[in-house]
Amino acid sequence: MARQKLPPTQTLTMKIDDVDVTAKPGQTIQDVARDHDIEIPGLCYIDGLTIWGACRLCLVEVEGMRKLLAACSTEVAEGMIVHTDTERLRRYRKMVIEMLFAERNHVCSVCVSNGHCDLQAMAVQLGVDHVHLPYMNPDVKVDSSHDRFRLDHNRCILCTRCVRVCGEIEGAATKGVGGRGINARIINDLNMPWGDSQTCTSCGKCVHICPTGALVEKGTAAAEMKKHRSFLPYLTVMRES
Amino acid sequence: MTKTITIDPVTRIEGHARITLQLDKKGQVDDAQFHVTQFRGFEKFCEGRPFTEMPAITARTCGICPVSHLMASSKACDDLMAVDIPPTADMLRRLMNLAQLTQSHALSFFHLSSPDMLLGWDSDPAQRHIFGVAAKHPELAVDGVKLRKIGQTIIEILGGKKVHPAWMVGGGVNAPLTEETRQKMLDMLPEALDIARRTIKWYKQTLGQFGEEVRTFANFPSMFMGLVDKSGGLEHYDGYLRVTDENGKTVEDMIDPKRFHEVLGEAVEKFSYMKFPYYKARGYPDGMYRVGPLARLNISDHAGTPIADQELAEFKDLHRGAVLSSFQYHYARLIEIIFAIERMKQLLEDPMILDPHVRARARGNRNEGIGVAEAPRGTLIHHYKINDDGQITWANLIIATGHNNLAMNRGVKQVAQHFVDGTKLQEGMLNRVEAVIRCFDPCLSCATHAMGQMPLHVQLVDPTGNVVDEVLRD
Repeated sequence: MARQKLPPTQTLTMKIDDVDVTAKPGQTIQDVARDHDIEIPGLCYIDGLTIWGACRLCLVEVEGMRKLLAACSTEVAEGMIVHTDTERLRRYRKMVIEMLFAERNHVCSVCVSNGHCDLQAMAVQLGVDHVHLPYMNPDVKVDSSHDRFRLDHNRCILCTRCVRVCGEIEGAATKGVGGRGINARIINDLNMPWGDSQTCTSCGKCVHICPTGALVEKGTAAAEMKKHRSFLPYLTVMRES
Repeated sequence: MTKTITIDPVTRIEGHARITLQLDKKGQVDDAQFHVTQFRGFEKFCEGRPFTEMPAITARTCGICPVSHLMASSKACDDLMAVDIPPTADMLRRLMNLAQLTQSHALSFFHLSSPDMLLGWDSDPAQRHIFGVAAKHPELAVDGVKLRKIGQTIIEILGGKKVHPAWMVGGGVNAPLTEETRQKMLDMLPEALDIARRTIKWYKQTLGQFGEEVRTFANFPSMFMGLVDKSGGLEHYDGYLRVTDENGKTVEDMIDPKRFHEVLGEAVEKFSYMKFPYYKARGYPDGMYRVGPLARLNISDHAGTPIADQELAEFKDLHRGAVLSSFQYHYARLIEIIFAIERMKQLLEDPMILDPHVRARARGNRNEGIGVAEAPRGTLIHHYKINDDGQITWANLIIATGHNNLAMNRGVKQVAQHFVDGTKLQEGMLNRVEAVIRCFDPCLSCATHAMGQMPLHVQLVDPTGNVVDEVLRD
């Protein structure tokens, strides 16, 4: 369901990072921050797709709340005082990135997305220079069965952008999540090779919306996979039309 | 009582190795073994990856000669794709390979081996390195650094970075050359040629001082193998396999490199992680052959560039048939540097080099692909198998240094028997044992598909494992 646009009957006032800001009811902290040019990191959030809240990079501190809240999925309230860039948040965000790197096999140097990867860029932005957790080095497979595209689970962070764009924009709903917890994987249809999928339209939106080298075009060598994202701003329009 | 001397690790080489010398009851060397002590497993962890990633993955085998792996791997990918790459892509790959040959040979000669020649094999080991050379012979050290820089800079201009450039891909290269960058490269070559010519002149004048080393540094009959072009000339990128015997007589010629397995076998010994390739027709271990600069010059009828051709003629006069002393690997390296610089100039001056069509596109059209090229250290073979989805199911890398394994082992024994007196262990004796290995410029990181520099640790151990003498170098 598309988010309904409410008439601006009420204006809320709140503070983000010591700046007084105004907001509309129903907006999330992420929406308001964006309206006021305050950047909150994130990997799973994409304007125009359902909010998922999976990556936990947009966690913020709200005064009076002991828990950290995800800015993408927390609605604002009158008088809310939000901090988006504290020592504690920076530590947690780095930890999140380190956990993502440790969980699968992200080998940037030989990855086709090297230099064009949101995960890599986020690690650089957040100053992740070491991974303090032991790498799990899981034995995960690569699905090259599709004629044009490849799904490399080694590089997947389960942000589910592909799942949402496929179901909500393309309407194919080929992509889904199978398995639980550490064993969760992106699947095609009923967990079959991508090339055997009866629903995939080969539109390629999943490939270009994927933040890492998990979904890529075949035939690309290291560092060659540049994602075309110019369609992203139109996702909201596509949903509503 | 018999004793064993261990040189661990061997220094000023690329990778990790150990040498053991077995002494007889009189304290003289009875046998010697060169152990490569690292294990890496590239062939295993490539399995399951898309073949298009192989050039970048296998390039990580080495930080000195990544271009060789890029090249052999890209060629194996060309074969998997069943494409003929555009002629300009061929020229550009050759250009990068020659730049690498220049920088790698410069590293071997100036940084790793010149301290022995300039400062003496018996000189203070604390000073016997490139900085020691820089203190006593600054002009030569500067030449070495500059020459290497020129090679590395050309690689960077072409591929975007000096180490592990991602520019060479299956089907060609991923970006054409511009007029501006072509000129930048051409401008660097005259200085490089001056340095190379100065150095070879110095080497030839100095060679007389190293008579004993020339006579004993892995100086024995062996076969030689490498690639030659279709006219029998010096070749580093493509061409045909040629094998010559110890008299310089050609025994195999114009062999399509993809048929290498018909000519070469691989043996394994318990004492080393490095395999032992041999020439099949003569069996193991009699089928010992050498590869690399010395082998390439021995098997080539001509070089193909003016100054290198003159130098090659002079080189071939050193010995009738084939030049057999591995000490002359150094000489051969200097001639190849001259050839590389001259050839780079020819390639860059050809207007074709600017053609924007530099990549053929295709998917995996064959299930098996082989890429063969000449790395600075010798013939490099990448052999892959893929499934119908284009994922690697099997990979085998036969590395240049591996071909020389038998010869290096025999060379170590020859030098040890000549120089090492186990009754009185001296550092200079052992340095010569290491120096014979340096002649071959082995790249052990590649050969075992590590890195770093470690101090030399020599132990004289008696049969019960007690250390009876020890030499330590930081």
